[in-house]
Amino acid sequence: MIVLVLLHAVVAVAVLTAARARPVAGAVLGCAVLGATAVTVGVLGIGRSTVRHEAWAWVPDLGLQLAFRLDGFAVVMALVVSVIGVLVLAYSISYFDHDATYVRFVGLFVAFAGAMTGLVMAADLFTMFVFWELTSVCSFLLIGLNDRSAAARTAALRALLVTGAGGLCLLAGVVLLQVAAGTSDFAELASAAPVGSMVTTAACLALIGAFTKSAQFPFHFWLPGAMAAPTPVSAYLHSATMVKAGIVLMARLAPVFGDLDVWRWAVVVCGGTTMLLGGARAMRQTDAKLLLAHSTVSQLGFLTLLVGLGVPGATYAGVAHLVAHAVFKAGLFLGVGVVDHATGTRDIRRLSGLAREMPFVTVCMCAAAASMAGLIPLFGFATKEQALVALLDADAGAAGTVALVAVVVGAVLSAGYSVRLVRGLFGTKRDLADIADVEHAHVHVHHRPSVGLSVPMASFALVSLVAGLGADTVGRWLQAPVVALDAGATGVLHLWPGLTTAFAISLTVVALGAVLGWRVPDAVAPTVVSVSGERIFQRVFDGLLDGSKRLTVVTQSGSLVAYLGIVMAVLTAALVAGIAKDPGAGFDDLRLADSWVQAAIAAIAIVFAGAVVAARDRFVSALLIGGVGFACALLFALYGAPDLALTQILVETLTIVVFLLVLRQMPRRFAADPVWAPKVVRLAISVGVGCAVAAFAVMVSAARRAPSVGGTYAELSLPEAGGNNIVNVILVDFRGVDTLGEITVLATAALGVTNLVRMARRARARALEAAAPSPLEGGSDT
Amino acid sequence: MIGRRSQILDEADRWLFPVILLVSVYVALRGHNAPGGGFAGGLVAGAAFVLRFLAGGALSVRRSTIARSTTLIGIGLFVAAATALAPLLVGDALLESTIWKVDLPAIGTVKIVSSAIFDVGVYLLVVGVVLAVLLALGADPIHRDGERADAGVEAGEVPS
Repeated sequence: MIVLVLLHAVVAVAVLTAARARPVAGAVLGCAVLGATAVTVGVLGIGRSTVRHEAWAWVPDLGLQLAFRLDGFAVVMALVVSVIGVLVLAYSISYFDHDATYVRFVGLFVAFAGAMTGLVMAADLFTMFVFWELTSVCSFLLIGLNDRSAAARTAALRALLVTGAGGLCLLAGVVLLQVAAGTSDFAELASAAPVGSMVTTAACLALIGAFTKSAQFPFHFWLPGAMAAPTPVSAYLHSATMVKAGIVLMARLAPVFGDLDVWRWAVVVCGGTTMLLGGARAMRQTDAKLLLAHSTVSQLGFLTLLVGLGVPGATYAGVAHLVAHAVFKAGLFLGVGVVDHATGTRDIRRLSGLAREMPFVTVCMCAAAASMAGLIPLFGFATKEQALVALLDADAGAAGTVALVAVVVGAVLSAGYSVRLVRGLFGTKRDLADIADVEHAHVHVHHRPSVGLSVPMASFALVSLVAGLGADTVGRWLQAPVVALDAGATGVLHLWPGLTTAFAISLTVVALGAVLGWRVPDAVAPTVVSVSGERIFQRVFDGLLDGSKRLTVVTQSGSLVAYLGIVMAVLTAALVAGIAKDPGAGFDDLRLADSWVQAAIAAIAIVFAGAVVAARDRFVSALLIGGVGFACALLFALYGAPDLALTQILVETLTIVVFLLVLRQMPRRFAADPVWAPKVVRLAISVGVGCAVAAFAVMVSAARRAPSVGGTYAELSLPEAGGNNIVNVILVDFRGVDTLGEITVLATAALGVTNLVRMARRARARALEAAAPSPLEGGSDT
Repeated sequence: MIGRRSQILDEADRWLFPVILLVSVYVALRGHNAPGGGFAGGLVAGAAFVLRFLAGGALSVRRSTIARSTTLIGIGLFVAAATALAPLLVGDALLESTIWKVDLPAIGTVKIVSSAIFDVGVYLLVVGVVLAVLLALGADPIHRDGERADAGVEAGEVPS
């Protein structure tokens, strides 16, 4: 399994780097990899009595590993991912122009398929999280595939931010769960059944992660925006597979958390709201692709309800419907892509009479849409029927009732938008010319759909039909995957359920939905719903940027002296806090001077320092500061620290030179009276920091508790590091990492200085050039 | 450059520049056993360039370097980091020192410690940093009258 995932990555990189000239070869290679995955998964997973488990140590110290388990559910999901992937990738060969964008598409597509395969086979939460984030990144890149379109870039960024934020919540939840339960393995979690407030918090965080990924209310808004991606991307990522990641996570966790009230209600409320909201929005769309996007949101809400409840029968129905949805929705997207390709539009207000011109496409789309509407004998009927049965039987209290009502109303809507889609795309509209805001009322079919586009689309329709006709058999196949999730889960699928309550509901629902879908006009008023998630997101996003800008303006005044003043004030406060812990320590042992030489040097330093304060000229004060430094160097030399003294003298010399170079560009004299703070405050800060540093130095010298390391270093210096100069050995060996860090800082600072100066000079030269018409004279001045 | 050219400084620069550089290498290499080291050596070399700068301006400093300051910084950082990381390759700890003893004819046994290479990196980096700062800040200010503007010769832009 690890090999399979790695294979995807290798092929993705190979396609992106090597297949620039031959995108089709890359796509064929991608199909081969996905096909191989499907076959391997089938051979390894189907009909085996033992569950295959693989783990690869990642960070052994933290107990992190990449663990995969190929249980029944993983097999079903991996097959969905790889088989749909092969069909969509094959479709894309005819759909795209074979340019550089297509190469990128193929590479990212294969990479995504690998990430998704890893996600569904993950045996623990950490592994799942890694692939979860990978799918987010791939999705971001694929939505923004057309990087020249501002709308696509915005949609990609929005999707990334929403799913990325959800991913962070998920990570927090996973970590909490690991701490609380001691494991992140799905199977161990299910058997351990941890409880406690920490576990509840973790469950909520994981649920937020799942909701963002699967576009559940209130995070549903990113998915319709993601339709900026090319149709194959939308078909694969944003309806069939990636958005199911949240459902997969919920399916894995529902057996653990399903009984928590907060979990159950969150799932029912958010899932139900999403289902109804998505359905209602789908009824209002005129772009067929957006209609499908909203219907996906709605169906994801349905799946969330079923899978998240943690009721065995509902889980079974959820898994079955997940498969059904993936198949019919991929088919519908590809069909819309075919229509778009042939006519150049997806606007149902402009399309009319396509049923006569594209009969084959019409039949396929009708089959897929019938599956979505839940018509007998399609697969979608069997799964929805089982969902109704499960919810009718469920013993989930009030939440179960709410869920049932939501599902019934949602099903009416889904029948409605299915009818609207088919009628809008293929129906003949007599009143087309009356619509004012459409420029070219009728569009013509430019060319017949090619085989490369038709076959993948027809395959999905065919699978929907065959699986529906053989619903009883397929139902038995799905038994094992559901047991892998929840040992007690059972269920059956029927082609013909008999005259039961659920069947009666089903019939009513379809009838109502059909009428609704037929009656709602093509051109509807734009949504009047004011609470739009998209707008809220935009407001939060803008607010964050705006707030950080304001914060920067407030905290970064741009005045160097003000910064210095604040730094010094904070330093003083910190030092005073330290001194206050043990005031007066160290002052008892204080001697005035060790020798008259020392006293003389100190006196020189003090005189220099005093002169710095008194100086009014920048050059003079820079030189005087250098004097203080040299006096210090003398003190170091006096106390037997030749290395320190040497370095101090050299640094001091170069500092003075640099000082003078900078000061050339500044006014000769200090500004008369800085305005950033009143004089009293400035004086207080200066005196305060001076006294505090001095007092702290005295205190620190007396505060040694642990023995000095100097002795150890001295002993080890020659045998360990082969040097007699302890100072240097400390620098390059014992504390070499410090030195490495310091020289890195030094290098960064030098590069910063170089670039800042260069930028300033360019700006000034440009300003001068603009001001004076005569060009600047070049050349040197030596 | 600053002010007018001084004959004394010119002469001092001509004779002292190579000597100071030689001293700087000596200071850097002897650092393991006596006061000195890569950092101090680099600063001494920097002082040589400061002298040249004071005598001949930024251009003469740029002419007398064999590599761009940024290249020196890069090489220095690379050498230091590589020396620090190399022991990991053979399973030792980060920055673990290895001591080689080499017998050279006529000189006798020479002891080479791997951390000396680290010091060489520090030396190169410090020289580069001094040069970078000197050339960036020492470039002549662009004046309004355009008399002494060296618009084309910005810090570090002239290929060496």
